[in-house]
Amino acid sequence: MHTDAPHSARKSGDWISGNGHSCRLEGLLNPSSYRFEILEKERLSETVVRMVIRAPLVAASARPGQFLLIRPLEHSERIPLTISHADRSEGAITIIFQEVGATTRELGALKQGQTVKDLVGPLGTPSDIRRFGTVACVGGGVGIAVMLPVARALRQAGNRVVGIIGARTKDLLILEREMSEASDELIVMTDDGSRGGKGLVTDALADLAGRERVDHCYAIGPLPMMHAVCRLTKEKAIPTTVSLDPVMVDGTGMCGGCRVTVGGEAKFTCVDGPEFDGHLVDWDTLRARKSIYRDEERLALEARSGKT
Amino acid sequence: MPEQDPQVRARNFDEVALGYSEDLAVEEATRCLACKNKPCVRGCPVNIDIPAFIQLVAERRFKEAAEVVAQANALAAICGRVCPQEEQCEKYCVMARVNGPVAIGRLERFVADWARENLPQNGDRPQPSPDAQKVAVVGAGPAGLTCAGDLAAKGYRVCVFEALHELGGVLRYGIPEFRLPRSILDAQIESIRRMGVEFYTNTVVGRTFTIQQLLESGFDAVFIGTGAGAPVFLNIPGEELNGVYAANEFLTRVNLMNAKDFPVEGTPLKRPRRCAVIGAGNTAMDAARTALRLGAEEVTIVYRRSREEMPARAEELHHAEEEGVKFQLLTNPVEFIGDENGWLQRMRCIRMELGEPDESGRRRPHPVPGSEFEMEVDTAIIAVGQTPNPLIRQTTEGLAVEKWGGIVVDEKTGATSIPGVFAGGDVATGAATVITAMGAGRRSAIAIDEYLKAKRGTS
Ligand SMILES: Cc1cc2nc3c(=O)[nH]c(=O)nc-3n(C[C@H](O)[C@H](O)[C@H](O)COP(=O)(O)OP(=O)(O)OC[C@H]3O[C@@H](n4cnc5c(N)ncnc54)[C@H](O)[C@@H]3O)c2cc1C
Ligand code: FES
Repeated sequence: MHTDAPHSARKSGDWISGNGHSCRLEGLLNPSSYRFEILEKERLSETVVRMVIRAPLVAASARPGQFLLIRPLEHSERIPLTISHADRSEGAITIIFQEVGATTRELGALKQGQTVKDLVGPLGTPSDIRRFGTVACVGGGVGIAVMLPVARALRQAGNRVVGIIGARTKDLLILEREMSEASDELIVMTDDGSRGGKGLVTDALADLAGRERVDHCYAIGPLPMMHAVCRLTKEKAIPTTVSLDPVMVDGTGMCGGCRVTVGGEAKFTCVDGPEFDGHLVDWDTLRARKSIYRDEERLALEARSGKT
Repeated sequence: MPEQDPQVRARNFDEVALGYSEDLAVEEATRCLACKNKPCVRGCPVNIDIPAFIQLVAERRFKEAAEVVAQANALAAICGRVCPQEEQCEKYCVMARVNGPVAIGRLERFVADWARENLPQNGDRPQPSPDAQKVAVVGAGPAGLTCAGDLAAKGYRVCVFEALHELGGVLRYGIPEFRLPRSILDAQIESIRRMGVEFYTNTVVGRTFTIQQLLESGFDAVFIGTGAGAPVFLNIPGEELNGVYAANEFLTRVNLMNAKDFPVEGTPLKRPRRCAVIGAGNTAMDAARTALRLGAEEVTIVYRRSREEMPARAEELHHAEEEGVKFQLLTNPVEFIGDENGWLQRMRCIRMELGEPDESGRRRPHPVPGSEFEMEVDTAIIAVGQTPNPLIRQTTEGLAVEKWGGIVVDEKTGATSIPGVFAGGDVATGAATVITAMGAGRRSAIAIDEYLKAKRGTS
């Protein structure tokens, strides 16, 4: 017989106010807390949408690095999205997502004032925010939205944060201003040079590591980007944290569908992650697992074209 | 009992067993000898007065029969369908030695179905009084549902918090509709709702809020019925391959997320073609029969022991065989082998033989050297067991748990190491049965009632 220690309360920066798991629930445990109304909707780029959704119970305990599962409509799939911001006084959370598949399009088609069918969270283990020294926060594409709350929390914890964000082209670059505010220094890269430096985030990271000591790296973005960052930082012996997003169903450790191989062991991303030591991740397996439903994804889109 | 033809039903999701007509039920009921010492009741985890209800069926007093059953079992329409009666009530039936036991489970199902179809449903119960004590129930499986219904009936204010977006636990995401139609489950849950229970889905206790927070926020007691939902894998090479599933994932996609209706429904599933299911419990049978219904050409149960040791309900095993599921007994997988893109192609297995009995009394299987062979499969579903989800124990300070992860409880009351916190069902026993979970929920409801009365008395 033994007892497991409870989650230690982690310092989480000014991302949220108040202390999550000791707050009282009175006034929140009623059906209205489960009416997930879209309070704000804004397009950050042609395909990237930012939504503020009322979810007071989730906002009350969310921490940087955690995510939620959302099911926009009755027949939709449950998909994971990172919580970009939690506003406790408003009882609202912010999500930022790219309309790529059927479900994100269904979500993106909802309007302010409408509700999403189901939303559950916060899920996953919060980021392990520590004082590392200098931290490179590398974000790519819509991964910048996932990076932002972590960068804020890292800076709050006393780190020197160097943000490195990248996109294919200027129009696809999101949250530049917010990342700039969250960082001591921000480096912007685009593949075509339409904004910031021309090249990849890894070029900028190599450059940074060449000119100053980097104690830790966070890399969040498309799989090839994270993999490339990890190859580089492994060579340079910079410990690196990545945030993974394999296919999920329940998000509570029940189905095993989100398993990834880390350090030769199977880990459930939804409970053991989503953040892992990037140098231990088996990227080939992850790439394969992420492609399981590629054909079906196309079918789902076709089935929904014409519908809104 | 009439059933759908195996050839036909193996390709549809409609209920397999069609149920008794009134006449058939009466005919079966008249076989009961109404033994004075009621041996069958001894085998019933919730002590239904079996001879009494069966006599009433024989006399066509169906309404009264239903009342006798309902007194002891709030989920009779479900239990009549899924209980392992051959190891419980029917095992002790005197008629077993004559010409087969009285079909107690089928009669239970009959009276519950009859009541639902023929009696007016109870109206909404009045709301609990404003000063009623409050109980939080975590998890809406059979344990939580039963505990919640019983406490509401005693006048408490009861809130159920469920992680998924639908209620029912394994009854919803695990057991397929060809064994337990959704309409039956929905009706049973609805009857508990009408007793005044408040349901909150989309709430992962331990993440959305903790047990401690519930106790600090006006709940006088908590019942934990979170089940044994975490899948066990085999830990053999190749398990990460695409096409290898835990049974939980496979069944959840189909049952909870309706993946069989993809792409109208958003959740996809790769249709299995050649499918191996590892394990031989109810979960394995359900997965195998679901794979058939999704159009698989060949479905094989792979099990390391022999037929006698299979833990599935006799009826499920029988149905699986009838529908064309194949069996590779005394066989254990040792490796999954994939193609260059990470998709499962083959499964390497080894033959087993049975040696001396182990702690469980079952003969321990040993691999036969040099007996390895390969099976060509595109889907492998692992159904070798489940353990409690660690979330609650990791986030509840002071909650004593067993080495294997189950919550330590007083067997009679479900009391845990934390005052006011009770637990029962699979989370305390490990993966067991619907009826044992129900029984635990019921016992805890009695204990919680006593605890709350004492609490009120002293405060
Ligand atoms: C596929 C399958 C087939 C089966 N067939 C049979 C059968 O034929 N006959 C039989 O008797 N038994 C059968 N069983 C076993 C039976 O279903 C279980 O023993 C029974 O459901 C246990 O009930 P429970 O209430 O303890 O837990 P569950 O039914 O597991 O319910 C637990 C609930 O708690 C929720 N939960 C978990 N964690 C949290 C959390 N942190 N916060 C909020 N909610 C949470 C879960 O989502 C779930 O809804 C089967 C099991 C499976 C998997
Ligand atoms: S999503 Fe099911 S276990 Fe992680």
